[in-house]
Amino acid sequence: MSVFSPTLDAKLTRLAEAYPQRRSALVPMLLYAQDELGWLTPEAIREIAERLGETELAVRETISYYSMLRTHPVGRYHVQVCTNISCLLRGGEELLQHCRKRLGLEQRDVTPDGVFSIEEVECIGACSWAPALQVNYDFHQNLDPARADQVLAEYRQKA
Amino acid sequence: MPENNSVHLTIDGRAITVPAGTLLIEACRAVNIEVPCFCYYPNLSVQAACRMCLVEIEKMPKLQTACTVPVAEGMVVRTDTPTVHKARKTTNEFLLTNHPLDCPVCDKGGECELQDMTLTYGTGTGRFDEPKRHRDEQQWSPVVFYDRPRCILCYRCVRVCGEGMDVWALGVGNRAILSTILPNAGDHLECEECGMCIDICPVGALTSGAYRYKTRPWEMKHVGAICTFCGDGCRTTLGVRNDRIIRGDNRDASGINGEFLCIKGRYGFDFTQHAERLKTPLARIDGELKPVSWAQALETVARRWRAIQQQGGRFGVIGSTRALNEESYQLQRLARQVLGTNNIDHHRSADLPTLYDALAGTSATGSAPPLAAAASLKTASAVLLVGGDPTYEHPLLAWNVRWGYRLSGTRLYVLHHREIKLRRQAHRMAVVAEGAEGAAVRYLAGQGGAVAARLSAVGPAEEKRYPQLPPPDPQPISGGLEEFKAELEKESNVVIIFGSELRGDDIRALVALGGRLAGQTRYIGLADHSNSHGAADMGLYPDLLPGYESVSDAAARGRFEALWGARLPAEAGLNQREMAEALDRGELAALYVVGANPLRLDPVNPANLRRSFLVVQDLFLTETAKEADIVLPALAAYEKTGTLTNTCGEVQATRRAAAWPGGKSDLEIIHALARLMGVDFGRPDPDRVFAEIRAHVKGYNVSVVQLAAGRSALAVPLNGAVPHRSAPHLIRSNHDTLFSDGTLGRYSHAINEVMEKRLLLPGQAR
Ligand code: SF4
Ligand code: SF4
Ligand code: SF4
Ligand code: FES
Ligand code: FES
Repeated sequence: MSVFSPTLDAKLTRLAEAYPQRRSALVPMLLYAQDELGWLTPEAIREIAERLGETELAVRETISYYSMLRTHPVGRYHVQVCTNISCLLRGGEELLQHCRKRLGLEQRDVTPDGVFSIEEVECIGACSWAPALQVNYDFHQNLDPARADQVLAEYRQKA
Repeated sequence: MPENNSVHLTIDGRAITVPAGTLLIEACRAVNIEVPCFCYYPNLSVQAACRMCLVEIEKMPKLQTACTVPVAEGMVVRTDTPTVHKARKTTNEFLLTNHPLDCPVCDKGGECELQDMTLTYGTGTGRFDEPKRHRDEQQWSPVVFYDRPRCILCYRCVRVCGEGMDVWALGVGNRAILSTILPNAGDHLECEECGMCIDICPVGALTSGAYRYKTRPWEMKHVGAICTFCGDGCRTTLGVRNDRIIRGDNRDASGINGEFLCIKGRYGFDFTQHAERLKTPLARIDGELKPVSWAQALETVARRWRAIQQQGGRFGVIGSTRALNEESYQLQRLARQVLGTNNIDHHRSADLPTLYDALAGTSATGSAPPLAAAASLKTASAVLLVGGDPTYEHPLLAWNVRWGYRLSGTRLYVLHHREIKLRRQAHRMAVVAEGAEGAAVRYLAGQGGAVAARLSAVGPAEEKRYPQLPPPDPQPISGGLEEFKAELEKESNVVIIFGSELRGDDIRALVALGGRLAGQTRYIGLADHSNSHGAADMGLYPDLLPGYESVSDAAARGRFEALWGARLPAEAGLNQREMAEALDRGELAALYVVGANPLRLDPVNPANLRRSFLVVQDLFLTETAKEADIVLPALAAYEKTGTLTNTCGEVQATRRAAAWPGGKSDLEIIHALARLMGVDFGRPDPDRVFAEIRAHVKGYNVSVVQLAAGRSALAVPLNGAVPHRSAPHLIRSNHDTLFSDGTLGRYSHAINEVMEKRLLLPGQAR
């Protein structure tokens, strides 16, 4: 029994055959799995290891290398605030603190209702429009506290 | 070697020639030019992780890692320039960025490669003044600890566990400064607990639960002993302080095992200090075993034996599968000459007499002996394994088979009733019904009809014990035994390993099969314990004298009669099972058991046992010793000097490492008893006894110089037909695993406390 949806199941099956070396499919498979489940659960890790004929340890090694791959749950909307150099110079740090405060995430990383989570990240490639943050795969740029509130409110509404 | 296979290059102005494909670092070593390295380790894959081995190569713009660059024609290399020195200093400084420099307490202090390199190549100062990152030590198993700050991330442990052990239990997590070694089960290890990762660690990052913080390396004396557990004969270098063994390892790669040791050879020595170890002789007084003096115990034995002799009572003797050759030899002399009986046997786990009998007819065809030393597996072109399970029961042989597969392209053929772990290295694996191995061998030898078999697919069953293993490579393919036979028949110079599944006529069929294969076929019969093979060679059989000569062969017997100046019995005696039956009927007046536990295999009603006089000498109060009239505390192999013969027939010298004040060696006890019985065996000096063995036991005229130098010598006791009553039902392997080993295994804390013990009990999953 796969822990993934039938669609993803089929996709992962295709991916596993797509490369001359099976293990080349590991990172894409992990990303798709994480997109569907929100995080890489032990069951997902076991299944992906089995699909590729790798040990779970090898899969965990890869996951731990990439900060985008996670082995703990995050909120439905995962707010990633950049504090790398360009954003830092343009108020990234304040933006991070503001978002934490607004979401009530000063002491923790995930809201009790599981809607929001927050993470400080390195450069997300949006330096020209710093400061920037990313919610799941969507970018929000040129932010100040007021615009950030707006962004967060929109997500709150969607939740 | 043809010219085009050699490469000429210049290193530090010296012209040298090496085979093509040699790594530059090895070329340097060949001419004694030291290139410092951490991650490089011979016979493992190259990693290039540490950057310590940088050298200058002309025409290459940057410094190159000598551990990854193969030599090339005309290459000009410099290892001793200011640029190289600077690179080494910088690399060393980086390696020490977060290294705690706790050498004064670190286990590795005094034998640490990082310490040595820093002294030789480092600056002695560092420019980082940031606080060092500290992480607490982690315990991954009772025997493996990891101190993360000391780790220099050389990946040696990862590679030896994966490539060498085929366990793949270690990995590397995170990135950059946060990188760390990870165990396979999250916060702990589930593995073979061999400790190879600890030995190979150049620093004190991986340390052993048995040894950590107990002493410093220079406070111990280091003694090369032969492991007393399985039959493979590894040399374990015992670290000894105040006559107690504190550590076992083989970092100097001495002995036939190179760097290899399994958990038993590395940690199992602790049975020698077990609280239940016998400290004084015991005598049954008013129905209970009570401590007595040595003199009292030995005199009681001699007095009772003499009385039994006078009444014409029958004697029986059971010898040991761990006692040294000298002791087994003198034991059979005691039985035959002093007690006047051929009722002598040992716990048989390999049918060696039948092997030698079957080989007797064929040995004329080849000039080299048809026995294979353990090391020959590393280079064999093909290996056929029938039965047995080397991974768990003969770990060194398994290591060597994997080595051959990995580095010499050995094609391994496995014929078994289970999908054993070595199928992962198999070229062909045929699975037959349990007990059908013999029939399958006959079919392969062209002596019988087809046997139902399937060529194995990759099956997860066995590896349930560990989280997971990567799939074997190459993937076994499907087909039947015909396919297996056709492939096998293409091979030449095959080494055949067989387990206790084959005995009697099955072995004759195996030798017939070997005879059909091209080149020189050589054999290894798997025998359980450190001197099971020696016990057989030394004549612990009711019908065989030392060297597999028949007791009823007047010429052979005459040689020993002349040597000892005594008459020896010519009639074959009782085997172990028959002795047990005789005891049960009250027809055996005395039984002398030396380092064995026969009642566990062949139980005897205790009430009937009481009618006989039972003497047991052992380290512990075994099931058999509990029933004894006299119990004599013996010494462990690590407390004795002498020789042992491994499962391949390789003789090796072992040296006394530790002492046990209350005990006496089997040799001393046997000599003392002989003297009290009126026969002088001379001084209990193992060298003198071995000299006699060399002179009089077929196959044992081996070079003492070779033994003294720490090497092994193959004893080949082939001397024509062996007229032996084959008793297949007496070939009973214990199937000890990595975490058990007869009596001794029960008394080692180290090998009992690992959690895998519960996953891998003998008989389980079999
Ligand atoms: S003890 Fe042996 S099997 Fe276990 S992790 Fe270390 S090398 Fe691997
Ligand atoms: S633990 Fe030892 S062997 Fe393993 S990577 Fe670290 S330093 Fe190397
Ligand atoms: S493989 Fe056998 S001889 Fe070698 S260390 Fe292990 S138990 Fe001892
Ligand atoms: S520094 Fe923030 S996006 Fe690049
Ligand atoms: S020894 Fe060459 S890089 Fe480590």
